[in-house]
Amino acid sequence: MQRFFVLTLNGLTEGMIYAAMALALVLIWRATRVVNFAQGAMAMFTTYIALFALERGAPYWLAFIVALLSGFLLGAVVERVLVRPVESAPPLNVVILTLGVLLMLEALAPMLFGGQIRSFPAAFSIVGIRVGSLQVPFSAFDLFSLVSVLLLMALLLLLFQRTDLGLRMRAAAFNAEVARLLGVRVGRMLTLGWALASVAGALAGLLIAPSLLLYPTYMDQVLVFGFTGSILGGLDSPPGAVVGGLAMGFALSYVGGYLGSDLETVGALVILIAVLMVRPSGLLAWRAQRVV
Amino acid sequence: MEQPTLDVADLTVRFGGVLALDHVSLRAEANEIHGIIGPNGAGKTTLFNAVCGFVRPERGTIRYRGEALLGTAPHQLAQLGIARTLQGLGLWPGLTVLENVLVGSRVRPNFVASLLAMPRADRLERRLRDQAIQVLEELGIASVAGTLPGALPYGVQKRVIIARALMAAPDLLLLDEPASGLSAGDIERLAELVGRLRQRMSVVVVEHHVDLVMAISQRITVLNFGAVIASGTPAEIRGNRQVSAAYLGEDVTTAEGGASA
Repeated sequence: MQRFFVLTLNGLTEGMIYAAMALALVLIWRATRVVNFAQGAMAMFTTYIALFALERGAPYWLAFIVALLSGFLLGAVVERVLVRPVESAPPLNVVILTLGVLLMLEALAPMLFGGQIRSFPAAFSIVGIRVGSLQVPFSAFDLFSLVSVLLLMALLLLLFQRTDLGLRMRAAAFNAEVARLLGVRVGRMLTLGWALASVAGALAGLLIAPSLLLYPTYMDQVLVFGFTGSILGGLDSPPGAVVGGLAMGFALSYVGGYLGSDLETVGALVILIAVLMVRPSGLLAWRAQRVV
Repeated sequence: MEQPTLDVADLTVRFGGVLALDHVSLRAEANEIHGIIGPNGAGKTTLFNAVCGFVRPERGTIRYRGEALLGTAPHQLAQLGIARTLQGLGLWPGLTVLENVLVGSRVRPNFVASLLAMPRADRLERRLRDQAIQVLEELGIASVAGTLPGALPYGVQKRVIIARALMAAPDLLLLDEPASGLSAGDIERLAELVGRLRQRMSVVVVEHHVDLVMAISQRITVLNFGAVIASGTPAEIRGNRQVSAAYLGEDVTTAEGGASA
């Protein structure tokens, strides 16, 4: 029972990070109908930028903000410079392009920052919190991860549901031609969508780096788990992405804990296949149906 | 003399080898309802697409209140005071009726201010919401503001589209087949609405429903195979032999223009 408790807490923190990655993928999917396979590599790159700042004496929070801002810029630049020109090409072209960005960033990072495995600091203690004499396997940093991802989600929700800007972003995403006729700067909205998504990705990168250690491909696995999570949630629904990401966190934690950590990736694939067989449009498919 | 709201002169559009518009000219004066009729494939929608910058004409000019319009990007039209509805519905199924209408507003809170949720942007957004409700009230559909469009009857959805176009408070409203799929009662309401709009703007309406166009327009332009075959008042068009020939075939003595959508 105690083991179950430990694995659940572990699943919750990791699930939040997968949820942030899933959210990044869903935001870009909604804006431009592209699965951005470079999302993980972009987050890796911005985390390296944070490390670069830290090594030059920047305080942790400054490096943290620098990483998020560079995520914003990187997302905007990738959309505006690379994705836009192939926007009207067949969908496969854009997929290949994002894979190209992935390979490019993973080749560029060791050239710029060195290829060896590096440790990355956490904002708070990663030692479990003490409750009386009992040490709970949940650290202050875990709590911070949880809160910061929740905060990001709340801000995005507020933006999309409560502001005119968010309304225009939704309008541009779902019918660009009509939006354009109504005076919406569609291109700008899509760029902003990519930029915001990359902030979510960058946050995931920063939060998971202390436990995974930093090396050029350290986000690949997070991307796969986040992608699986977003598929679970139906790929089109931000709340679905969060639920899917969390489900992945719990499931993988139980698989790793009870069956052995070697089976985690296999577990992710089994879950993906099972869900695609039983509910092909995702666990929260009723949402998608209502929208259509 | 006042400039015409829309002045199209000598417009020619070619798609590959197909001549979609052949030296087309028409003028819509201020506060005029100008009807464009013609059989399928006559180039009516292409004309709208050229005005909106969706297709590039081979030659000719388009002027809006005396200013050249060619080369204007579609997203700039709303700022100029031109609103257009599309032949299909083009409503966002995932947005409520109110939100759909709000997208049509041409007043925009500042980009950065609304990203940071500053109070000024907040106030403006509330004012826009009130304005959207007003537009919906004018069309008699304020009660469905919170509904998703998919749940509404087709006739109501068509009114939401007009509401979205009106949200920009346009000076020139381009209606592309507003009556298609509507019941007789809905068409009557539409005619009455467009008649009212005339006090505030010019309306150019492309429509298959000839009776409706005859009833509401001050002037009518008839297209056939991309060329203007007649233009004038409804009475003049009604008596035009070429028009009845285009619609009903040759050798008719009276043209009631009964082609319905």
